[in-house]
Formats: sequence, C-alpha cells, structure tokens
Amino acid sequence: MRHIIAVLLENEAGALSRVAGLFSARGYNIESLTVAPTDDPTLSRMTLVTTGNDEIVEQIKKQLNKLVDTVKLLDLSEGSHIEREMMMVKVRAERQDREELKRLADIFRANIIDVTDTSYVIEMTGASKKLDAFIDALPEGLIIEVVRSGPTGIARGAKGLTLS
Amino acid sequence: MVNEPEPQHAVGGGDDGRYAHFWPHPESDARLTTAGDPCNVTLFFNVFNVPLSSGILERRCLLAPRSIGRHGAPVERADMADASSIFPGAWAEWRSLKVALTEAQPDGAVVELSGAEIVIQALVDEGVEIVFGYPGGSVLHIYDALFKQGSLKHILVRHEQAAAHAADGYASATGKCGVCLVTSGPGATNAVTGIATAYMDSIPMVVLTGQVPTPFIGSDAFQEVDTVGITRPCVKHNFLVKDVRDLAMTIRKAFHIATTGRPGPVVIDIPKDVTDPNIKIPYVYPREIKMRSYNPVEKGHPGQIRKAVDLMLEAKRPVFYTGGGVVLGDGSAQLTELAHATGFPVTSTLMGLGAFPMTDRQFIGMLGMHGTYEANMAMHETDVLIAIGARFDDRVTGKIEHFCPHARIIHIDVDPSSIAKNVKVDVPIVGQVASVLADMLRLYQERKPSSPEAPVAEWWTKINEWRGLDCLKYDRSSAAIKPQFAVETLYKVTNGELYLTSDVGQHQMFAAQFHPFDKPRRWINSGGLGTMGYGLPAAMGVQLAHPEAQVACISGDASILMCIQELATCQQYRLPIKVVLLNNGYMGMVRQWQELFYESRYSHSYVDALPDFVKLSESFGHVGMRIERPEDLEDAMREAFAMRDRFVFLDVIVDPTENVYPMIMAGKGHHEMQLSPSHSDRELA
Repeated sequence: MRHIIAVLLENEAGALSRVAGLFSARGYNIESLTVAPTDDPTLSRMTLVTTGNDEIVEQIKKQLNKLVDTVKLLDLSEGSHIEREMMMVKVRAERQDREELKRLADIFRANIIDVTDTSYVIEMTGASKKLDAFIDALPEGLIIEVVRSGPTGIARGAKGLTLS
Repeated sequence: MVNEPEPQHAVGGGDDGRYAHFWPHPESDARLTTAGDPCNVTLFFNVFNVPLSSGILERRCLLAPRSIGRHGAPVERADMADASSIFPGAWAEWRSLKVALTEAQPDGAVVELSGAEIVIQALVDEGVEIVFGYPGGSVLHIYDALFKQGSLKHILVRHEQAAAHAADGYASATGKCGVCLVTSGPGATNAVTGIATAYMDSIPMVVLTGQVPTPFIGSDAFQEVDTVGITRPCVKHNFLVKDVRDLAMTIRKAFHIATTGRPGPVVIDIPKDVTDPNIKIPYVYPREIKMRSYNPVEKGHPGQIRKAVDLMLEAKRPVFYTGGGVVLGDGSAQLTELAHATGFPVTSTLMGLGAFPMTDRQFIGMLGMHGTYEANMAMHETDVLIAIGARFDDRVTGKIEHFCPHARIIHIDVDPSSIAKNVKVDVPIVGQVASVLADMLRLYQERKPSSPEAPVAEWWTKINEWRGLDCLKYDRSSAAIKPQFAVETLYKVTNGELYLTSDVGQHQMFAAQFHPFDKPRRWINSGGLGTMGYGLPAAMGVQLAHPEAQVACISGDASILMCIQELATCQQYRLPIKVVLLNNGYMGMVRQWQELFYESRYSHSYVDALPDFVKLSESFGHVGMRIERPEDLEDAMREAFAMRDRFVFLDVIVDPTENVYPMIMAGKGHHEMQLSPSHSDRELA
C-alpha cells in the first residue's frame, strides 16, 4: 500500500542523507522525497512516499523515528489529508497544437507560464493522480520535458504536525 | 561575574604565574555541586585584561573550576594555597561562579581554551579515563593538548581497528563509554570495522576522528575521506564539527547519545582548523542537555506490563529468552530475581551470557544455531516466550516460519524498532530492561500463585528429559586436545573469575558452550558483526579497565592473526593478558561448513604457513607456550595464569577435525537440530 509520511527533521547538514541512506541500506521502497525548511528555520519538513505491506511500513516509521535528527513523524495516510504535487511540462506547441494545448491546460486548471513560437511550459499543481491524468491527456509526441516535485501533504483539520 | 576583585590580589602562583591553584573553601558546598566530583575540584584564577571604553585596560580576575585528574585521584593539598590568603574576595567569587555555572549562563565563560584543549577538557569533564588512539596529521593539535595534560590516559594501539575494539572491550567490561581518537582518512577507515562491530552489538562508544581543515573539505586533500558519509550506516549518530564554538556541546551530545537508550557508537569528525591552538574561546562544559529530537524511553507502559504478567501467570511452558540488552541495560540483578521468583527456565543469546548465572539450575544453555538441545527444544515447545533485550537474530531464530510455533511472545526492548522487526510480537514493552523487569517483578509478586513451582513443574520434567541427552558431550578419551576440553580446563583453572574475550569462529562457540559465566560483562565478544580480530584488542580494553583482574582472550589461529600487531601494545603497557589459542590450522568454522555443505571441499580454509606463535610472542617480549597433549594442558594453564604480570600466549594444538554441535542447519527450525556424531544412535524428539 502507498503511504505518504511527513517528517519534521532538524535542519542540519546530512539529515537528508541519513534518511536516503536508511532507505537504501534497509531495502525499503521510496517513490519520492521532498524536503525544505519550515517557518522555523531550525526545522526541515520532509514528505516521502513509500510502498510496502503494513509490517514494512511500520518498520520504516520506527526506523525513521530512530534517527537522531527526526523530531516528529506522521503517517498522513492514516488519516484524512490533502496531497499536492507541482509539475512543469514543456511541450512542443506548433501553430496547429497551440489552441488545443491551451484548452487542455484550462480544463485541468493549469497555467501556461512560458511561451515561445514553438513551445509552452505548463505549470500545474494537484494530487499526483491528477498530474498523471494530465500527462495522459496530452496529445502524443508533444512532451519535451516533465519535471515533478514529488508530493507534499498536510493533514486535514485544525491539528498540525508541529513541535508543541 | 558579580565580584570584581582588586587586581593586586589576583596575581597568584600556579604553572605560569597566571594561575593560582587553591583548595575550595572547607565549608564550600559548591564543590559538591559544580564539577560532579568533590575530590577533584580546584579553582583557576584566570587573570586577563579587559579593554574598557576609555581605552584603559582593566585587569580582571575570574575563577574557574577545573576537574583535575581522574575520579578519586589524590590531590596534594600542599600544592594548594588557601583561597582567602590569595585574595579576600575569593570565597564570594566562588559562590557567584557556582551560581553562574549552575544556571549554565552562556556568559559564565570562565576559562579560555583552544579547540584541541576543549576536546581534552571535555573528555575529562565527561569522566573519561582512557582514550585509545593513534596519532596522525589531522589530530596533531589534539595530541599536543593531550601531551600537555595529566588527566587522560592515552593508549597507543598499533592499528586503528584495534583502537575501536579496545574501546569496545573497555565499554563492555565496565558499562562506561569507550573512547577512541584517530586521524583522518586511513585512520578513520581503519576504525570503521571496529565502529561497525560496536554498532551491531550496541556498545556505547565515542570515536573522535580528525578531518582535513574545513577549507580543504571536498577537495580530495591528503588523507581526506568523507568520514561522516562512510560511517553513517554503522553509527548511532555522527557529527562534523565545523566551528570550534560547537565543539563542547557536540561532545556532550555525543556522550549523551552513545550512552542512553539503546547504546551505540557516535563519531565526531573534527577538522584540523577547529582544533587550532591559537584560537581560544571561553569554555564551560554544558552540564544539562536537552535534545528535542532524541528522547529515549525509560519506563515501560504499565498496561503492557500488566498484560505481560497476565500471560506469565497463565503460562504452562514459559521461557525467558534473554539477550545482550540485559547486560547493556544493567538488568542482570532484576532478571535473576524475576527468574527465581517465577521458577521459569532461562535461555540466553551469545551476547546475553552471564546476565543470568549460567551455573544456576534454571539456566538451560545458550539457544540458537549452536545452542543446547534443551534450550532450542524449549523454544520450540514454549507457550509464553518472554524475550528481554534480545533482537531475534537469524542465528537465534533459525527458520523464522518454524520459530516458537506455539508461543505468545512478550518482547521487552529499549529500541522500538527492534520489536516486531523479524518476528511478530503479542505484548511489546518499550523501556529500559532493568526498570521494566523491576515493575514486572513487583506485579508478579503481588499476584503470584501460592506455590510458584507447581504450574511449571511438568514443564521442568520435560526440559530435564531433554537435558538428559547431554547434547554437548564429546570424546574425552581422545589423544588429541579437544577444543571443548581446552575451554573446560580454562574454566577450571581460573575458578570462574575470568574476563574472557573471544574472536570469531569455532573457538567462540566452544567458549560459549563450555565456559559458564555467572556474572554479566565477563564474556566479551563480537556477536552481531562477527569480527575476526576483535578478541585481542578487546582484551586490552578489559585489562586496562580492570588492571587486577584475570583477562584472557580465546582465539583461533586465523582470527588472532587479524590483529596480531597488538602484541606490541600489550608489551608497551605491560598488559598481563593470557591468549588461549585453539590452534587447528584451519579457519575452523569455515572448514566445518565446507565439510557439511560443500562435500569437504576445503576451499582456502586451510591456513598454510602459520607462524611459530611461541617465537612470535617471544619476539614481542612475551611468554609463549605450546601445548600439544591433553595431560599437559592444566599444568600449563596454571603456570600461565600464575604469571600475574606477564602476557602469556598459549598455543594449544587442538584436534583439527572437531566440529561445533549441536547445530541448526540453514533453513531448519529449533526442533531440527543436528547433534554430534556421538549422538547418532539417539532418536531426536
């Protein structure tokens, strides 16, 4: 099963490689991993997506918690949560395709953020599945480049994954 | 500082005129609270010039407490002048200093030290007595600071791997944190085997590694290696200190992390410029430490403990399965008490041997691959398994599908990630072993059945039947020395008072099977990583921790050569260790597996061209003895152990064909043990 795990880490050199090293050393799957400092500059927040059966995911969480740099951890998949991923797609936009691409971007509530005579860069944000759907919807052969941030997530409701 | 004494009073005696030593005021309660050890506090006057806004230099005097010498080291009172005779404000100054230190104010800076001096002083303030190390370019500043002080003892090993193993042995024998100091690059990489060994066995250790100066990091400088990167998978945590101002706190954190929770090695990588002797900063060792990201659990959950006791009270065929965690967590007394209160049988892993007295009738032997028949059969039949500080290693469980098929499992461990890692557990209890066992005992006593033996009496009948098989029996009439006989003789000669370290292989298993340990921290070996070469340097650490104790290293002719250079260290520090070499000319355990699983194709397991170990030890200045006949063994050992001040190398020529039994073959369960050929006529249950 797919799990999306949010981790508050000490914002210290090497913290990211401890997590990455843990996954490779113990042979855990890792689909994506994003990390950036939070409003508290001493803390980083990491979102990672992994798959595995219940025992494996339980062990992943324990091992992550065991890292000395880990301050707090939450398996977002255990509760109601919101997931967002950002994607930029560079597409060939020759005269005959320009209108169609524009319409498609509108349908998916994506934005065209760079335009040349022959190309668009389309930016869109949403759940990973929605981004997949957009890529599927694009006419074949037009994609030049796809860049995705990997999902980040936050739990619904008033409670936050914070220090207190 | 609150008080500003008159400058003329501040000129004291001391090393260089800047310092005045004196004994704290006789009525001072301060010396009980500031430095941790009332015997070892002296005060330092530190006189320095403070620029005032007017441009005039004002002389000020500060006092610093400084622990001198190791704990309990005598301090010559004659060296000390009375504080009040030096300047009248001293007593008031001392009090205010005490307040400043107690509150750990950052501006309570009282003595200025360079990075190198901070390393040394922080170790002293941590109560470290011995550092195992080997100098090199990146740690020269630290070695210079080491040279100038008299509190820390440094043991010069002959290879950095040995520094780590010796620190490991020291920690294993004492429960204190082992410390080693090595240089950058090859110094660090050589230590990695020792660090990984300590990691697998959860040994508290702080490893200080030199690093190239910070501006050179990443430039492939001479003797540069990414130490933090290389050691990351085999440490509990590691640090790269980039600023001298972080040094004291980092060292404090390292010791805190290494010694609390599930212990383990912590590496501190220190670039050379951070230890620059010309850059001095105020130094106060942080007493208190709080880490928001690291809070090891202490007490077990009372609800879980109640559930566990419920299970234990219902149990018909219970077994205590105890591991190295009981030793590490100093839970031996609590375990023994609980076991005696319940009357349940106790089996132990390799690393846990000695936590429960092995000569006690309730002890049913080691379990696992080379465990006893009774221990493994009890595991197979048990209905309630109480696992304590053990981690369900594959060498213990055998084939996991066949592991304890009838049991409900209680697992006590300080590390939550140990629980349900390999085997599903019914009642997990996260907490310090000693505290959880004490809570369990209290609860059990309250609810215990009137006659505790009764419920498990039938179980003991069964176990004693298995015991009757005498699974460890061997041919005692052999003309060659049987390795088992050598271990038994060692036990007989040393009256069970021995600290025994071991290398890895057949001799390790024979020692575990045939040498009973009745106290924890007596049996010291590399269980998790299985590092050949561990035994001799570990014995050095043990002997240095217990100078008066009998320390022996049991080894094989292949293992011993992996750290043989340490014979020189043993000579330099006159360590009266006894090496008991079970010399069979083979890598015995490899040979055993090749015999059993590779149709006796002994691929590269025969060690041709062994040295003459007697001459070899003599060339290092030691005593060497070779024993070839069983009848000579006891006298030779007695002679060796009678030499209380000499290192003796006993080269015991043993039967090269002997194998370790019983044995659980790969992919088999506990109930499918293979006994030695002398049992072949017996039916297994």
